Amino acid sequence: MHETVVAQNMVEAIAQEARKHEGRPVRAKISCGELNAVNDEVLTFAFDAIAQGTPCEGMTLQIEHKPMQARCKQCAGTFPITLSNTQCPDCQSDDFELLPDAPLVLEEIEFEKE
Amino acid sequence: MEKVNVGQRILSANEQYAIKNSQLLIKQRKLCWNLISSPGSGKTTILARTITDLNAEIKMGVIEGDIQTEIDAERIRATNAPAIQINTEGACHLSAAQVHKALEQLPLDSLDIVFIENVGNLVCPTAFELGENGKIVVLSVAEGDDKPVKYPGIFAKSKVLLINKVDLLSANVVDFDLDRVRADARRLNKSIEIFPISARTGEGMQAWYGWLRDQLAQPRL
Repeated sequence: MHETVVAQNMVEAIAQEARKHEGRPVRAKISCGELNAVNDEVLTFAFDAIAQGTPCEGMTLQIEHKPMQARCKQCAGTFPITLSNTQCPDCQSDDFELLPDAPLVLEEIEFEKE
Repeated sequence: MEKVNVGQRILSANEQYAIKNSQLLIKQRKLCWNLISSPGSGKTTILARTITDLNAEIKMGVIEGDIQTEIDAERIRATNAPAIQINTEGACHLSAAQVHKALEQLPLDSLDIVFIENVGNLVCPTAFELGENGKIVVLSVAEGDDKPVKYPGIFAKSKVLLINKVDLLSANVVDFDLDRVRADARRLNKSIEIFPISARTGEGMQAWYGWLRDQLAQPRL
């Protein structure tokens, strides 16, 4: 349900960026970490609703989920980690530290020229 | 078509307030713990008992987050500790800006620890940093032992797991595998401290108090 706050912040960020560019924003790409618990359907629904009557109305969203990453304490390599597989793929060690989750980032916006 | 790279953090407005909160707490040398759980896990009962039991030793204040009512803040004030109630009017988590306002209303000078009792929810509060020193996840045994695998985010991000209402285990009225929860919570978070407690009977609370004391005794910036 926090997706509505995320959507609100996105609409504001895109509207702000749109003032610096010509044309109409038609597509935005965002990325987020697993632990942000962003549900694509909920976020898209919230974004569509909040975007109405703003420069973001009718935009398409592309959401990229970045996997959780861990650093192996044995070989120092980093690897994507899941609940079901916490083993380092290089040295098979299970001794790791979880790296900070990827933040929610507005990656790019596509503008359509009139 | 023109493609523009932006690279802006979407929750930066919240993050800026979180940094402000953290700076204020560091300057005043206060520790701040953000309690996150489902509704009804016993967060307020744990805090009220902790405040009462440690009254002579550690001064604590509480920021209470709920959709509505002042019920939780009143329960804390009954222990003579200061409490600020935030009503989110439907929002599923506390924001750093709301916490900032509440911090300004608390008598920080007279406190050692500020607890933030977040809105009851295992998902959304995880995504909003408040400027705290760490998150404490509370799970009561009546909720079931599958929560760490169903909601891995909060268990991965927390410093402490309080497993509350363990008196129900001794009474043999719920099926809950403590070892399973310990193993699942540590699957992604090897350093999480786990304390089985009952805020109702007091069982296990001394170990939790020991952790609170250790944190206060640790050297800080």
